[in-house]
Amino acid sequence: MSELTYRRMKDLPSTHLLGTGTPMCAGCGGLNALHQIYDIIGEKSIFINAAGCMTLLSVYPFTPFRGSWLYTAMASAPAGAQGVRDALDVLLQKNRMSMQDDMQVVVLTGDGAAYGMGLSATSGAMERDLDFMYICYDNEGYGNTGQQYSGATPHAAMTATSRGPRGFPGFKKDLFSIWSAHKPAYVATVIGTEPLDLARKIEKARSLKGPRMIIALSPCPTGWDYDPQDSVTVGKLAVRTGVWPLKEYVDGKVVHTKVPHPRKPVEEYLKLQGRFSHLFEPQRDDALINEIQAKVGAYWEDVDS
Amino acid sequence: MTRKLLTGNGAAAWGARLSASDYIPAFPITPQTEIIETLAGWIDNSDLDARLVTLESEHSMITAAAAAASTGVRVFSATSSQGLLYGMEMLYTVAGWRSPFVLVNVSRGLASPITLGPDHNDIMAARDSGFLQIHCATCQEVLDSTLIAFRLAEHTRVRLPVIVNLDGFYLSFTREPVDIPDSKLARQYVGDYDAENIRFRASAPLSQAVAVLGGSPYSYFRYESHLAAQDSLEIYHEVTEEFNQLFGRQYDAIDCYRSDDADYVFVMMGSFATKAKEAVDQLRDTGFAIGLLRPRLMRPFPAQIFQQLLACKKGVAVIDQNLSMGMGGVLHSELAASLYGQAHAPPLLMSYIGGLGGRDISSEEFFEIASELRLSAEQGKTPPPRLLYTKTELREVRKLQAVAHVERQDLDEGNTHE
Repeated sequence: MSELTYRRMKDLPSTHLLGTGTPMCAGCGGLNALHQIYDIIGEKSIFINAAGCMTLLSVYPFTPFRGSWLYTAMASAPAGAQGVRDALDVLLQKNRMSMQDDMQVVVLTGDGAAYGMGLSATSGAMERDLDFMYICYDNEGYGNTGQQYSGATPHAAMTATSRGPRGFPGFKKDLFSIWSAHKPAYVATVIGTEPLDLARKIEKARSLKGPRMIIALSPCPTGWDYDPQDSVTVGKLAVRTGVWPLKEYVDGKVVHTKVPHPRKPVEEYLKLQGRFSHLFEPQRDDALINEIQAKVGAYWEDVDS
Repeated sequence: MTRKLLTGNGAAAWGARLSASDYIPAFPITPQTEIIETLAGWIDNSDLDARLVTLESEHSMITAAAAAASTGVRVFSATSSQGLLYGMEMLYTVAGWRSPFVLVNVSRGLASPITLGPDHNDIMAARDSGFLQIHCATCQEVLDSTLIAFRLAEHTRVRLPVIVNLDGFYLSFTREPVDIPDSKLARQYVGDYDAENIRFRASAPLSQAVAVLGGSPYSYFRYESHLAAQDSLEIYHEVTEEFNQLFGRQYDAIDCYRSDDADYVFVMMGSFATKAKEAVDQLRDTGFAIGLLRPRLMRPFPAQIFQQLLACKKGVAVIDQNLSMGMGGVLHSELAASLYGQAHAPPLLMSYIGGLGGRDISSEEFFEIASELRLSAEQGKTPPPRLLYTKTELREVRKLQAVAHVERQDLDEGNTHE
């Protein structure tokens, strides 16, 4: 199998592995991505989880996963992956376990853990060249506690801790570059609303060894304040407006896998979401909208040059 | 068996080696570092078939240790002081995974002020975590306790991680003659690690450490760990008895020294208890019927054994090498809770704090405690807890303060030192 396995939509897995009936919110973009990711990673896997929304996927005595699961804490899921991977390697090396019992070790955390508290543990795992996958479902805030701003929150977004007229004053941290600076085997951004792009990247990650790092932008009806039925539209617009660049880092190079052309104006993406409604009501804040548009424009100018 | 001069750290490393540990997640911290350096050296020289990985923190180290133990390998790790506290979230977390492994803690005083000298506040902070605790007073005991700890942790009725505690500097860096058990006999004693039903395999998926909703299932699992910890006292007797049969060294839950016929008793933990032992001998020479009890086990707490050993004694002095701010000595409180309301409990249970940050406890102080003990017993009154400190020490601190004061005054007056 290779990334070329997925040329068309009809090549995507038709059997879906992740169980339904989880307590994730309606329209959860993270769960959408995870469903597709799990179909490709498969059940010969162990998911090492950090505190976040998806901790509630496995609540005693139920789990939607067909493989294994280990909840750790908010900061140390990559260290949990280290322990499991090392133990599996020791068991294989000492002939105490058959190859058939080996599995993909996958870290699953939100942006709160990935961009902040768990960054040191992630850096450590990459520097040790740990053979694992890291899936960050990024809904741009501490979603499970009611969407306070995190290191992943975009400029101007209204959150539970940035309710002022200009929203969040900071800027979304560039985790893709921080991760890539470690020169791991693979880094990619994905989104559940681009299934082919996602499938190719997860398949590529699956086939590689070493740290394979995935950031899935996860449109969040609850935290971003939009109707759950618009989740796919919001996700598609994140890509079409150029706000969420789909790209991968492999062999020292960054390649954009889907360049939006022409790019739609960012306000089409922003105005669907309540967290940006202060840019449009009670009166339109052109200065702030233009600032966001200019940032996106500058990013793509760098890419094109 | 070979007899060698070993530091406490060296003895701990030998314990890990003789237990055939598979995996050693590590992080350096004084005064523990010699343990992981020794193990790393053996691995490099192929003397030990294990994998050592240096994590980026103790928080990660303890996570990796328990995750590996949950996957079915034998795990040893070591830390100290601030490191133990940095990993504290994970101590509590992984104890609930019921994945056995052994963690050596080299006790060292906690900040602030930051120091390197030993006391037990670090290990006492882990008291309620779910880890069992074995406290050592000699280098021999460190090695032997590490072997015993694996048997205890991995026992099917226990399955809890165990901390083996030794005092920084006084044990960690002090060389003592240690009998190193024959490696085959040690392997026979510890046995192979059977992960039983807690292990991750592709063919047998498992969800570990999942969330629960509500206090009822939460309480159930917390009670289970507590009952396993209580049960482990009986298992400790079994595995130490077996150890004695194979190696000829007995490690009771409480080490009794001249306490059988004693009217009065010192109670102390760790290596400083050897100072109390010497004081007991000297006091006995003067006709003072005094003895010493040194609990090896802090968790499970050997309450019933204390009740039996202290029955009908006239008075007990607990010397705590820790300080719970606003309350006092932790061991004193635990002992009081164990003895209160029991028939024949000693009427007098006095509390002393000493040895913080490695501060010495002199023979004279033990003599003073002993005479205070006898006087209080005669008067039938319990004096308030005492913080051991001498006039000389106070004078030395006053000198330091005077220097600090002069320097501060100089700075305030704008004088520079050129």
